[in-house]
Amino acid sequence: MKKLSARRRHPLAALVVLLFALAVTGGLYAAFSPSEAKADDSSAQSLAIEEGKKLYSVGCASCHGTGGQGTSDGPSLVGVGSAAVDFQVGTGRMPAQQPGAQVPKKKKIYSDAETEQLAAYISSLGAGPVTPSKGQYSTDGADVAKGGELFRTNCAQCHNFAGKGGALTNGKYAPSLEGVSKKHLYEAMQTGPQNMPSFPDTTMPEKNKQDIIAYLDTVNSDKSKTPGGLELGGLGPVSEGLFAWVFGMGALIVLTIWVAARTAKAKKS
Amino acid sequence: MSSHEISQAEEKLPEERAEGGATVVAEDPFADPGLPPHEHRQQDIDERAAQRSERTVALLFTVSMLATVAFIASFVTLPVDKYIYVFPIGHISALNFALGVTLGIALFAIGAGAVHWARTLMSDVEIADERHPIEADPEVKAKVLDDFRAGAKESGFGRRKLARNTLFGALALVPLSGVVLLRDLGPLPGTKLRHTSWGKGKRLMNYNTMQPLRPEDISVGSLTFAMPEGMTEEDHDFQTEIAKAALMLVRLQPENIKDKRELDWSHEGIVAFSKICTHVGCPINLYEQQTHHVLCPCHQSTFDLSDGGRVIFGPAGHALPQLRIRANDQGYLEAMGDFSEPVGPAYWERG
Amino acid sequence: MSTATDTGTPRRGKAPAGERVADWADGRLGIYSLARANMRKIFPDHWSFMLGEVALYSFIIIILTGVYLTLFFHPSMEEVVYHGPYVPMQGVRMSEAFASTLDISFEVRGGLLIRQIHHWAALVFLCAMFVHMMRVFFTGAFRKPREINWLFGFLLFFLGMLTGFTGYSLPDDLLSGTGLRFIEGVFLSIPVVGTYISMFVFGGEFPGMDLIPRLYPVHVLLLPGIMLGLLVAHLILVFYHKHTQYPGAGKTNKNVVGMPLLPVYMAKAGGFFFLVFGVIAVISAIATINPIWTIGPYRPDQVSTGAQPDWYMGFAEGLVRVMPGWEITAWGHTLVLGVFIPIVLFPLVLFAIGFYPFIEGWITGDKREHHILDRPRNAPTRTAFGVAWLTAYFVMLIGGGNDLWATHFQLSINSITWFVRIGFFAGPVLAFIATKRICLGLQRRDKEKVLHGRETGIIKRLPHGEFIEVHEPLTQEQMHVLTQHEQPKAYEIGPEVDENGVRRKVKGSQKLRARLSKSYYGKDAFIPKPTSEEYKEITSGHGHH
Repeated sequence: MKKLSARRRHPLAALVVLLFALAVTGGLYAAFSPSEAKADDSSAQSLAIEEGKKLYSVGCASCHGTGGQGTSDGPSLVGVGSAAVDFQVGTGRMPAQQPGAQVPKKKKIYSDAETEQLAAYISSLGAGPVTPSKGQYSTDGADVAKGGELFRTNCAQCHNFAGKGGALTNGKYAPSLEGVSKKHLYEAMQTGPQNMPSFPDTTMPEKNKQDIIAYLDTVNSDKSKTPGGLELGGLGPVSEGLFAWVFGMGALIVLTIWVAARTAKAKKS
Repeated sequence: MSSHEISQAEEKLPEERAEGGATVVAEDPFADPGLPPHEHRQQDIDERAAQRSERTVALLFTVSMLATVAFIASFVTLPVDKYIYVFPIGHISALNFALGVTLGIALFAIGAGAVHWARTLMSDVEIADERHPIEADPEVKAKVLDDFRAGAKESGFGRRKLARNTLFGALALVPLSGVVLLRDLGPLPGTKLRHTSWGKGKRLMNYNTMQPLRPEDISVGSLTFAMPEGMTEEDHDFQTEIAKAALMLVRLQPENIKDKRELDWSHEGIVAFSKICTHVGCPINLYEQQTHHVLCPCHQSTFDLSDGGRVIFGPAGHALPQLRIRANDQGYLEAMGDFSEPVGPAYWERG
Repeated sequence: MSTATDTGTPRRGKAPAGERVADWADGRLGIYSLARANMRKIFPDHWSFMLGEVALYSFIIIILTGVYLTLFFHPSMEEVVYHGPYVPMQGVRMSEAFASTLDISFEVRGGLLIRQIHHWAALVFLCAMFVHMMRVFFTGAFRKPREINWLFGFLLFFLGMLTGFTGYSLPDDLLSGTGLRFIEGVFLSIPVVGTYISMFVFGGEFPGMDLIPRLYPVHVLLLPGIMLGLLVAHLILVFYHKHTQYPGAGKTNKNVVGMPLLPVYMAKAGGFFFLVFGVIAVISAIATINPIWTIGPYRPDQVSTGAQPDWYMGFAEGLVRVMPGWEITAWGHTLVLGVFIPIVLFPLVLFAIGFYPFIEGWITGDKREHHILDRPRNAPTRTAFGVAWLTAYFVMLIGGGNDLWATHFQLSINSITWFVRIGFFAGPVLAFIATKRICLGLQRRDKEKVLHGRETGIIKRLPHGEFIEVHEPLTQEQMHVLTQHEQPKAYEIGPEVDENGVRRKVKGSQKLRARLSKSYYGKDAFIPKPTSEEYKEITSGHGHH
């Protein structure tokens, strides 16, 4: 017990705790979720777990332990659920390349099929939030304006009003949400990766999440409309100020030079 | 006791500026050579060059006219909600883009034309204008002072002290009426800043769903916002009340809570803290679930939610106030009273 | 002009219409006397003299567009539910102020453009005033007789900041509302009367229903009115003093060399107004500013990261961000130093440069008029002070955006804050020392140039095999420019004991003045400029290259 209490201040302790919690919520979720019904072909499932285990022991076990129990380098994965695996591996964050304040998003290493196998293996260690189905993160019929309000209440404080990201303490940051797939947005809210808090269905129902995703799709995607012109990063007054200095004042100073300069004299013959 | 020597620069001026700038290097090699002779521009000596310049100017003014026509045409034809894709700007309002660019061109071309005209066709002979001292001549000064003395004497301002002093008194008092009038700008502070809408038995309502929260809704690592039961967005004073009552809920493992009072005031590890920063009142809810820190996005005050909301970085001066909560008979979370201390920024009477 | 006199006798018949109108006006306004003094007024040409014009013209643009915006804006905090065309806001509760700003942006044709021109012009206005002020500072143009005009200009900059801030707050969006919340915190931090001020300004508790309607007349009437008055006074004084000029051939302290107001300067200045307006219009066509529709309406319990004010308040924001959280509670009262100190520092730092002309005037004891501008290197202490001030300003500007630098340069926000805390004190000192040395180095180079000519980069081999670089002697104008400045002696208190052996009383302020004067004009403050004797000796000795 003493050993445990000494480690409670460890940076990863909270994650461990979270994972336990996720196991509980995930378990509840799994119990009610229709997608977890016995429709799955059990033999295919066990095959996937088997394949996932192989991938796991090669790519993940060095940090997370041979049985997913966690080590000093990585948290336990028991009960994190397939949604967490799908998010972490699917966005390339896992496997992590090096320790740091935060594990960044990068090019993903595993194929979709491999990710599914890994997810299957991890969920076999303990129930957790399940990878959402298309219907869950679909934005058909979502209320964009409601999503905006929810976004400003729950998300904008870290991710900025337009989802451009922002700074956290000691080098950590909330990443930009531009180009993040709907599925990954949903999973992030569901599982709370790294230092992001989770927004479980008990406090933020599925419908709310869909609204938020729909809002982001409207204001922060390739097809987002920026009526006024260049978005300037969507960062607010700092980038506007820089633009005013560099392009506004810059252009005007060039003009002052032109206006005040002496006109070229005729060449003396 | 002048701290300066008489300006050397003025002394070494040649008596008269030599015509044509051909001052001989005589006494002083650094002397001001005087205004250089005017050199002609191409336009001054070549009428064809001047005509070219005139045509350029006229062209610019014509461009301006065309741009104004285009401005009006875009105003009339483009619907206000039409969007176009312009590389590399993005999907932008067609009307804003068209109006701005045409207006910009119309104005810029007038300016460019006028400046080009001035630079190439108007005389560019430099002229020297004399300056005169700003200070008045001694005679003028003496006259003014005499006049003033005469006026002051005639007014009796110095002699009739009673009249003068009562005038000062009256003038000093009269603005007080204006100050008094400002009284009704707002109410007196009283103890308003000490109270919020929270109170004993008020349930914690989830912002997202406006449903009362149960302890089991809140999992470790999640972040939830709550407002007091009975408050709605439609209330007339909603903004003022939520500005003090906004609450954030997180769940910690009870053994991770370092502060004893925080543990006492929590329910199964669920702690409720004011969402209003104690620095200048920004909503503070950048919660890092692994470190249990919350960061303020305005001025980066950082609080440790596992240690009584203590300030660990930044300009905030005191800990985040905690709301004491429990679960009621029906299993809903409820407040056990108002905040025990004022929420938000500190102030003189806070104590 | 065929109807004009051909015989030389007085014209019969009527004068041209324009002249008749002018006569009419002259009989009532005396315009001929006015025009005689001013119509051919000389203005020197230099690009840096047009920076103030950029500020003037952007101010005019702001007024023009601002009047248009008042026609559509509702300064009200009454809550409404939005049902306009912008889908992501439909059904959202917001203040009428915010809703009308959405209407201006999405329903009024051209409204968005005017809004953006207004805001971009405001940013450019402040930029231009800042650059203009720095130009005046570093060239010493604020010296007698222009100290008062410097003060007017400084006040314009200060009021410009306030006007900008009030305008930024009017749309009642999430970002500006957060700024107002900050203002509430600032009021509350004032000892003794803070809560009263806050209650009176907000008409009760924050945010209340009164603030926007109260800010509105301040933004559209009170502040611009004062600014307009100051601006007119500023311009009248520019006319009255006549413009300063850079040293050059034929330019003395007693003349002003340039082109006449009519026609050249009028055409250039008038044309330049259209150029400024055109540039700002194009910027407003292609770049969004303050997209309140994505920022959202204000609610005191919502916030977005990257909460910053417009750039000109960034310096104050930096001060507030990096201040440690000092708070003293005793005898039932709280002294909120963590907020109060930066808020006092903010005007103090600004006024340090605002009152500089009077300080320099006192130190140097110089009572003469100055119309020839200093080359910054020739006033090393002033230049160093200016650069030190700028360093403090920009360090704080960095502090004001610490979160964005953190994310964009992958740094820790905490380290940036510490960097700014240290940099605010260390930076100006280093900048002061470095600038002074650079100035002295440049003075030394000027001296070399005068005495030995300009290095041409052409290497010549002398008959006996030595390689030398050909130095080209300067023209007389160049030599004049490099040597025309004064190098006054430092102010001295004089002996403390007079001839009778009685100790004189010397006031502490005099001692301070002598010390400061030494730093301005003492031995270490300049490189003695070449004398004509030195020059003649060298040139006669070597002959010309």
